[in-house]
Order: sequence, then C-alpha cells, then structure tokens
Amino acid sequence: MSLNNLIKNWTSFRARRPYLDQYKNADYKWAMVIDLDACTGCNACTTACYAENNLPVVGKERFEKGHAMHWMRIERYWGEGESVPVDMVPDKGAQFLPMMCQQCEAAPCEVVCPVGATHHSADGLNTQVYNRCVGSRYCSANCPYKVRYFNWWQYADFAWPNPLELQLNPDVSVRSKGVMEKCTFCVQRLRESMDHAKTDGRLVRDGEVTTACAQACPTSAITFGNLANPQSQVAKVWKNQQIALEKDEQKKDENMRGYRIFEEFRTYPSVVYLERVRDLEA
Amino acid sequence: MSQMINHDIPDDHEIQIEKKFIPKDLDIDKDISWARINKDVLRSLDRPRPIFWVIFFAALALFSFGVYCEKYQYDNGLGVADLNNPQVWGLYIATFIFWIGMGHSGTLLSALLHIIHADWRKPIYRYAEAMTTFSLLTAALFVLIHLGRVWQFYYVVAYPNERWVWPNFSSPLVWDATAIGTYLTSSLLFLYTGMVPDLAICRDNATGARKKLYTFLSLGWQGTDRQWSTFRVTYMTLACFLMPLAVSVHSIVSTDFAVSQNPGWHITSFPPYFVAGALYSGCAVIITLFILLRYVFRFEAYMTMPILNKLIKMTFAIAMVWNYLNLIEYSTVWYGDNMIAKQQLLDKMTGTYAPVFWGMVFCSTVMPFTLLIRFVRTHLPTLMVVSLILNFGMWLERVQIITPTFGHSQYPWTWTSGWWPSWVQFGIVAGSFGWFTMLFMLYCKIFPTISMYEVKEMVHDQGKMLKAKKVA
Repeated sequence: MSLNNLIKNWTSFRARRPYLDQYKNADYKWAMVIDLDACTGCNACTTACYAENNLPVVGKERFEKGHAMHWMRIERYWGEGESVPVDMVPDKGAQFLPMMCQQCEAAPCEVVCPVGATHHSADGLNTQVYNRCVGSRYCSANCPYKVRYFNWWQYADFAWPNPLELQLNPDVSVRSKGVMEKCTFCVQRLRESMDHAKTDGRLVRDGEVTTACAQACPTSAITFGNLANPQSQVAKVWKNQQIALEKDEQKKDENMRGYRIFEEFRTYPSVVYLERVRDLEA
Repeated sequence: MSQMINHDIPDDHEIQIEKKFIPKDLDIDKDISWARINKDVLRSLDRPRPIFWVIFFAALALFSFGVYCEKYQYDNGLGVADLNNPQVWGLYIATFIFWIGMGHSGTLLSALLHIIHADWRKPIYRYAEAMTTFSLLTAALFVLIHLGRVWQFYYVVAYPNERWVWPNFSSPLVWDATAIGTYLTSSLLFLYTGMVPDLAICRDNATGARKKLYTFLSLGWQGTDRQWSTFRVTYMTLACFLMPLAVSVHSIVSTDFAVSQNPGWHITSFPPYFVAGALYSGCAVIITLFILLRYVFRFEAYMTMPILNKLIKMTFAIAMVWNYLNLIEYSTVWYGDNMIAKQQLLDKMTGTYAPVFWGMVFCSTVMPFTLLIRFVRTHLPTLMVVSLILNFGMWLERVQIITPTFGHSQYPWTWTSGWWPSWVQFGIVAGSFGWFTMLFMLYCKIFPTISMYEVKEMVHDQGKMLKAKKVA
C-alpha cells in the first residue's frame, strides 16, 4: 500500500449511481417485478426465504419486541379510512405488499456504512458483507424501507435446536450476533448459476435461476431476472411499463401499473411493483 | 499523603475571605498573596471535604453497575437493550450526543475567552477543560457500546493494511470517529500544556511518588523568561487551533442526522443547532461543577460570585440562541413541503413521546428564564438544582431527536409508538455518569483544578487596575 497507489486508484473509491446506460454493456443486472394483483398474501415467499437463507424463527416474545428477521415480509394494508375490528374483515379485503430489500441503485445504506460492509456489486446487487459489519446500524437508520434486519441475539445458539441445524442451507452463512443482514436476491443461487454459465462459456439464460420467493410463489406474482438481457421476462415488463433504472418518475395512466416505491427519494430501486387492479363497485 | 503539604492556614480562612468586602467590579480579591494561592490550590490535592469521597464512591458504584450492564449486553447481544427494527439507536446515540455536547463548553470557555482576553475565565477554565476531555472519553465509550460487534471497532479507523480495506470515507460515522479523535487529542494537549507551570509548583511542594509524577509531567519547567515566552506562543497557537475544531466537531456529529433521509433529521440548520445545544449543555454543566468544586475543595476565594454571575449570563445568552435555532428547525419543518416530517413533528408534540418533548420545553426553554431572578443566581443550592434541570432538559432534547424519528419514519408499515428502552440501556447511561464523575473527581484530586499562575496574573492585573483608577 503506497501513497502513489492510493492516489492512482482514488476514483475506484467513488461511485456515481445510477447513470444512463450504466448496465448497457454489462452482462447482468438483477431485477424483479412483483404483480400485486396476483399476490394473495399467502406468505409462501416469506417461508421460502426463511428456509433458503437460514433465517432464525425468533419466537413470539421476540417478534413482539420487533426482533423478527423476515427479509421478505408481507405487509397488510386495509383500505383508506376503514377501521378494522380484529375479528372482522372489511368487504374489499386487505391489500398485500411483499416487501424486501429493493436493491437500490443509489442506496442510502451504502453511503453511510462506516466500514463499507454494504456496497454495490458489478451486477447491480446491494451486497452485505457480514464479516466486515461492525453493527453500527446506521444503514438501517437510513433505509427508507426499513428492510434491514439486525442480529440482536446470537440466534445460532438457540434458533435451530438439534437436529434442526441439519436443515440449514450449506450455501449460506449463519450470521452471528451484532451484524446487519437483509435480502440478497438469493445471491448464492445467482453466483452458482453464473459460475455454471461461465464454465459453459455463455450467459445465464432467463429462467435458469430465480430467487426462493419467486420460486415458491403459487400465483407467480414474483418475476426475477436479468434486466441487462432485453429478452428476459423482467426486462420486457420494465419496458412495457416504461420504467427505466435511472428514471425517477414513471408515467402513470390506466395501462401503466408499474411503479417503484419511494421514487421521489431517488433511491432508484430494482424492484417494480404492478398496482392492484380493483373494481370500485365491488 | 496527608504529610505532603504543610498546612499553616486555619480551616476557617475561607469564611474570613467571604466576609471581606470585594469591590463590585472585581472578580477576585486583589489582596490574596501569591503564597496563599499556592497553598489553597495545593491543599485541594490533599485534603478536600469528606463529601469528596462520598461523591467518588457513589460514582464508582454507579460505574460498576454500568459495567455490569455492558457485560450483560456484550454476552447476550444488543437484544437485551430492547432495541428493535425501527428503533435501532435508542438512548445510546442520544446520550452520545449529550456527552459530545458537554465537551464543547470547556474549549469555548478556555480557548475563545483566552483569545479575546476575558480574564474572568482564569480561575475556572482548568476544570472546564478537564470536563471536556472526560466527557469526550465518555462519548467515545457510547460509540463503542452501541456497536453490534464492539470487538471489531477498529474497522472504522483508517489503518494501513495489506488487504487494502479502508473505511467508507463518505460515511458520517467515519467523519465522527475522525473528528472526535482529533478533538480529544488536541483538547488533551491543550489541557496539559496549560497545566505545565502549575505542575512545576506541585513538583516543588510534593514528596514521594507524587513528586516523581509531577517531576515527569512538568517537563523540567523552571519559569525562565525563555520558557515563558515559548509557553505563551504555544498556548495561544493551540487555542487558535482548537476554536474552529470545537465548532466543527458538533457540526459533524449533526451530519450523522442531517445527511440521512429521515424526516425530522434532514434539516439544513442542524449543524448550528447542534453546536448551540452543545454549548448550552456544556455551560450548564460548568455551573454545576463550579458549585460542586467551590464547596468540595473550599475554593470560595477563587470561584467567586462575580465570576459565577458572568458564567450565568453566558449560559443565558446561549440558551436563547439555542431556543431560536430550535424554533427555526420547527418552522422549517412546519412551512416545508415534507408531509411526513410535519406529521412527525406533530407526533412529537402530541404522541407517545409528548412528555419527553414538553419536558424538554420546560427544562430547556422555560427554566433558563429563572436565571433572571437574583435569588436563583446567588443562592447556590437553588442554582445547582436549576443547572441540573437545564442539563436534564438537554438530554431529553437529544432523546426527542432520536426516538420519535425512528417511530415515525417515511415507511408507514414501520410506524410504532410506545417503544421504551430496557433497564440495560438506563443502566449503561447511568454508568456513564458514574464513569465521568469518577474520572473528574480523580483528576481534581491529582491535578490542580485552578490555574495558579493565571490567578496570580489576574490578582496582579486587578491590583494594577485599581491603582490606575486611584491615580486618575
């Protein structure tokens, strides 16, 4: 490490994101589309995520304290102005919103991490390096979506009593107390398929890899894929909805159902939600 | 240790001095002999009132409890603090800002007043600087305590390593670590440099192990002309260096919040607001410690009422500045376009944390006006209570910056109310007060709390001033 080296490579420490055609020549940019019209709020995606990513089930008491570790959570919203008794469901029913890390291109969490434990990968993932994290929780404080989960306890000690530890996914590390974690877009699956494709001398095909939540969804509400590949399902939906990564305002009319959450903060998320279509008369 | 200094002054001498008439425009009795100044200050190192030990051991007990809480948290994880997903920081960061803030007035009092030649600072600046140093040490503790993996804290420091891993320089937390480190180092240096002539006096009067300590620390000070002139230049340079630093440190702490996107934090006026709040709480603590030291170490002849009066005036002025900036902060939110920030402001005033908010308004906005009453300014026990209330108000202010924002951030699904910190958090916060008091009391017992050489200057100058008046 010489000073010369540092000065020469200084620009590599700086990141400007996103800019137009950022991923034009890139091989991969992972992105997602969630169709809220198809979502039934069944929580299968959450369950799949727990199984895939070694998430601890924290139990009732800790859940009430807000220590739940659901990377993928189903948020339930009732209609505007409807007060809902506990035992009654209003006529129109609830609306559901699956929420996980939005893998923002200009992620507020990445800027503020003091040790650079969360940073952007070349294929557009917002990665979290557990070994580097010191647990200042600044990323969580600055995340507008509040989708970052902190290991308040040493879950490995009690969350998987013998023989449950045998069902842990060997591709995913079990996190220790004091580190931050969040949805990774099932990075272990992505890396594996990218490695296979590289061995074969090709790119990952559309549909070859998907996340656990998308795989588990019974109504196929979640679509996952490579945005850099114009033939992929995800890229087609993004294009149809006239959404682009670097745009911070989407066109809205009755044919356009797509939107990204908190566009106005210019976080440039990688997840597009398709609005639920409702019959107002019903 | 009691044979260290020869006492030939009766215990009740301070009462005589109290009774003596001090002209109104004088901060200190001009007839105090230099030998008496030496003896009075040196005696504080040796024979404080018994209440010193009561305070010291109470602080030690409190600190031990804090250590126990921290060990419990270290072993079990931060879950024992009852922090949760939106409420990620809790009392730790609030108290961190509180301690950082307290650390500011020492520098203001010593460096700024030194630069503008305000002589009344001379008997009281030493302990204010010590307070700065120790409160910075306490604040640094909170940075460590709130980390999830405190054993990896050195990742935040930019140290050379072969793996080329650096901290993230765009993170305000790294700015924080750097700013606090710089400020701590330079205020320690400032404190020590100003103390060297006094340490030489201690050296000349001490025996045994203390003699060795003071001999080492006084760096061979003989009081020659050359030493004095070098000393003056060095001290002035350090004072000039420290002033901008003091302003920058709390501004940087405020960027922890102002840089983030959360409603109620994303406000341009945060840096001056934080600096004013820092000076405010610092001044209030200086008043508290003034009264405490005056009694415990029998400093009635030096920490006089006219000086206290000036201190109170300064505190009141800063309190008004803080109130003004506070009002600016709320009005920018109120007249601004951010609906969530506005909701959150209303939530602060009417929601779960309304007692915290209105407690702050009472303690920090209403209470300073009692300083206008002569009785409060002259009756020391009352003033002590008032200064403690001001401090408590400033602590509440920091809590109401942190907690309601997390409870009502941009994302509605995470809106929570009724979050309450666990006993572990309160234990660690209480322990930090024990740690600070313990260190401060220990310091006062080992090092001269009043700057002897500068008080002598002051006495000399005042004598000259009176003479000049008589001639005129």
